[in-house]
Amino acid sequence: MNQPTPIQIVFKNIHKADSHTLEVYLQGDGYKSMAKALHRTPEEVISEVKASGIRGRGGAGFPAGIKWSFIPKASNKPKYLVCNADEGEPGTCKDRDILRFDPHLLIEGMVIAAYAVGAERGYIYIRGEFFRESQRVEKAIQDAYAGGYLGENILGTGVKFDLAVHLGAGAYVCGEETGLLESLEGKKGQPRVKPPFPANVGLWGGPTVINNVETLASIPAIIEKGGPWYAALGVDKSTGTKIFSVSGQVNRPGNYEVEMGISLRSLVEDYAGGVKGGWDNLKGVIPGGSSSPVLTRTACETVTMDYDNIARAGSMLGSGAVIVMNKSVCLVRAIARISRFYRHESCGQCTPCREGTGWLAQILTRIEAGKGRAGDIELLEELCGNISGKTICALGDAAAMPVAGAIRAFRDEFVFHVEHGRCMVE
Amino acid sequence: MEAKIDTTSPRFSPEALAKAEEIFKRYPPEHREAALMPILHLAQREFGGWLAPEAIEYVAGFMKLAPIRVYEVASFYTMYNLKKVGKYHIQVCTNISCWLCQSDAIVRALERRLQIKVGETTGDGRFTLVEVECLGACVNAPMLQINDDYHENLTPEKVVGLIDQLP
Repeated sequence: MNQPTPIQIVFKNIHKADSHTLEVYLQGDGYKSMAKALHRTPEEVISEVKASGIRGRGGAGFPAGIKWSFIPKASNKPKYLVCNADEGEPGTCKDRDILRFDPHLLIEGMVIAAYAVGAERGYIYIRGEFFRESQRVEKAIQDAYAGGYLGENILGTGVKFDLAVHLGAGAYVCGEETGLLESLEGKKGQPRVKPPFPANVGLWGGPTVINNVETLASIPAIIEKGGPWYAALGVDKSTGTKIFSVSGQVNRPGNYEVEMGISLRSLVEDYAGGVKGGWDNLKGVIPGGSSSPVLTRTACETVTMDYDNIARAGSMLGSGAVIVMNKSVCLVRAIARISRFYRHESCGQCTPCREGTGWLAQILTRIEAGKGRAGDIELLEELCGNISGKTICALGDAAAMPVAGAIRAFRDEFVFHVEHGRCMVE
Repeated sequence: MEAKIDTTSPRFSPEALAKAEEIFKRYPPEHREAALMPILHLAQREFGGWLAPEAIEYVAGFMKLAPIRVYEVASFYTMYNLKKVGKYHIQVCTNISCWLCQSDAIVRALERRLQIKVGETTGDGRFTLVEVECLGACVNAPMLQINDDYHENLTPEKVVGLIDQLP
């Protein structure tokens, strides 16, 4: 099986030796897009990004250009740009590769974004466990300052942008943008009530844009080749490329950058080396990180990897973490494991999430252990309904969706567990 | 720094103080509190890999914050160790992608080799073994972290070899 030639936009450098260094980055025309952007007006830069149609790669899929345009032009408070590198959605590990192998691409994207929205200070919020990656990024920032790509007078244009790393300390909820802002301010990472949205009231009360690593790393190519060029890649409302982290029971797990709209089957078979035991051995796929509902094999046959099509199939593209499960997997056990994660990560602020994630984990663990009771499945469904949409942030929904989705897609397995006190897989 | 701090309490070395100054420069002077998390990371490194109540008190004095304000942050984030950990803090990811790639066997191999259960520290204080949530290296599962470093694409045999060669 030959791997197709992938299109490389975000991953264009990572296979080069010493790709993380400024020297290698400059050899590949590094910081030229930034120079180009700084000689255009901020409005023109935002228009270019809007024209590209790029949507946020962190999970929510909000169009980046539109997000930037929400930043008020006049503000009596400083504006900020924050990169969300708190990569924590289980199954997702794409941003780590950008941080450790191409930090200058991220920095270049950030300078362009900061210029477009008028921010003079920015932060890269990196999850605490990525300590080695953060060292790479800090070195790259130092080198960028020394080279005149950051600081008071970038490339002599008079544009100012200061950038620093802020290291997290192990809290999934800080991937939520307002939890992240709280954490950046030196507090517990408990998400804020919205509105106001960060575009109006963000970091230290200033207008703030928060973008994912992959989104920002896509910006230099959009400026270099133009929004329409980027928009021609992918499909309709899912333009450009996306990095999919394909993990689980595949022969060649990895981070693969492909055009949006590729079929899930092609991604798994042509890139990730196929399902262990062959396609017919596939049980289901979690297509967008642990929060996204599992797709059955039937759905996997036809679904394509774009926002709309995955939504139509009953799940979501999320962060692009494709978790493949073959027939050896007990779905109840898999979902029980995921539910324990959400129980651990609930910040405790909202009762439906704090209590609900505990109940979900407890009941699923009980069912998985063969001690399920009549009515447990219905109780789980009721709980999911009582959590969804009733919390300050999306963590509650993220906890409920995989449970409700798994029961919807694999109800027989849950019923068998409850009725027979064991798994139907073994 | 603060005269009232007991001299037997932990305090930053000159190198750590220099590092702290660098950290403060990352934030606007009027938002000094933002440095609390990096300062806690620094304190944990300085004071033996964990944050004893005395370390929390020291950081509070250093940051000019109430101790409870520091404690609520330190206790919110899992990477701040509020209990002593071994010289090698072994954190095994058992979340979905690693679990699908047999992380349970990694945990079992470590428990057997170290003769401790998850959550425990060896009698000689060398190893603490814990299970952690997704560490973001899912395509190289199963994996674990020892102190600052990731170890990926593991097998039970490899993990035993890894432990045995630690100095």
